Amino acid sequence: MRAFLHGFGMHVPERVVTNAEMAARVERTADWIEGACGIRERRWAPAETSVADLAIAAARDCLARLGVGASSLGLIIVASGSARPGFPGPASEVAVRLGLESTPAIDVPMASAGGLFGMAMAAEMATHFGDVLVIGAEKMSAVIETGALDPNTAILFGDGAGAVLVSARPGPWEVLDAVLHSDGQYRDSLAFDWSAPLRMNGLSVILQAARKLPSSIEEVLTRQKVAAADVSVFLLHQANQNLLVRVAKSLGIPVERVYSNVARYGNTSSASMLIAAAEWSQANAAGPVVFSAFGAGFHWGALLARGV
Amino acid sequence: MPNATRRERLLRVLKTVTTQPLPADDEESLFESGLLDSFALPDLVSALEQEFSIKVPDRDLNPRKFDSIARIDTYLQDHAS
Repeated sequence: MRAFLHGFGMHVPERVVTNAEMAARVERTADWIEGACGIRERRWAPAETSVADLAIAAARDCLARLGVGASSLGLIIVASGSARPGFPGPASEVAVRLGLESTPAIDVPMASAGGLFGMAMAAEMATHFGDVLVIGAEKMSAVIETGALDPNTAILFGDGAGAVLVSARPGPWEVLDAVLHSDGQYRDSLAFDWSAPLRMNGLSVILQAARKLPSSIEEVLTRQKVAAADVSVFLLHQANQNLLVRVAKSLGIPVERVYSNVARYGNTSSASMLIAAAEWSQANAAGPVVFSAFGAGFHWGALLARGV
Repeated sequence: MPNATRRERLLRVLKTVTTQPLPADDEESLFESGLLDSFALPDLVSALEQEFSIKVPDRDLNPRKFDSIARIDTYLQDHAS
C-alpha cells in the first residue's frame, strides 16, 4: 500500500432538529435524549433531497478545499446504507453530476462502516486508478421515518455526507495500514430493508462495538508499532458519545483525543467519520491519525495514517 | 447451588456497574428490570474479566449470556478457574 489522504469535505443539511423537537415526537424529554446518547441536535434534509444530492455536496466541498477539478478523478466510491434500494446505486449519479462520463463509480451499500471500508479500498486501488474520491452519504431521517418512530433509534440519527480524496501521489497524510473485519452472525442485530422500521438490538450492538472498535484500533497500531498514547487524534464513527467515551477508556487515552461532533450532528452512519475528519482537518494535520468505524453487518475496522 | 465465593464476587462486580439494588431472584432479567442498559453491559463484561482473570471471547459477547445473575454465574462456572 502506498497511498495518501489529500483532504476532506463535508455537507450537512441546514435544518436543525433539536432534542426538544425530537422529544415531542418520541414522548421523551430532551434531557433523557442527551443522557442516552450525548446528542443535542441533528440535521435533517428536506424530503426531496436524495443521498446522491448529499454526496455531491460533500464531494464538491472536498474538491473545492483542495482546489482540484473532478476531471482529475480516476475512481469514485460512494458508501451509503440509506440509499434507496434497487439499481443503479447513487455512485453513477454522483459521477455524472460531477461531469464524469466514463470514470468508474462504485457503490458500497454499507451503513456506518462504509466510509472506512471505502477509504481502505481506495488506499489499495489508488495505485491502479489514480485519485479516488470516497464519499459517505446518508439520509438517515428517511430510514427512521419508515414506520412509527422508535424512541430508542429515532433520537440517534442525522443526515449528512463526508468525503476524502485518496491518491498514490504524496499528500498531507500517508496511509500506513488498515484492518477490516466482518462477522455476519450478528447481521440481524442492526438491520433495515425499507419494508419495516429499523431493527436494532442495542445491547448486542453496543457490546460488540465497545469491544471491536478498540480491538481493531489496537490491531492496526500494534502492526505498525505505534502506541495509542502517541496518536494525535482518533476519528471514529460518531455513533454515540457514551460509546466514544468507552473506546477512549479501553484504549487508555484521554477522551479529548477522540474527536467528537455527535452532539451537533447525531449519528450520520457512514458519513460520520468523514464529517469528523473534515472538521478536524481544517485546523490540524500533524501526527499519527486513527480512523475507525463499526456498523451493521457487523463490519468494523481501523485505518492508520500519519501526517507527512 | 452456585459456588458461594464465586457468586459473592459476581454480586460485588454487579454492584460496581449499577446503582440499583440487585434482584432477589437470580433468574430475573437484568436488562428487563432496568438494572443494566446497553452501556453498563460492556462495563460488566470488562469488570468480570478483571475480577475472574478471564477473557470473554468475541463469540461469547451475546447479551443473553449475561441476562441474569444465574446465567452469568453459569458462564463463570464454565470459564473461570
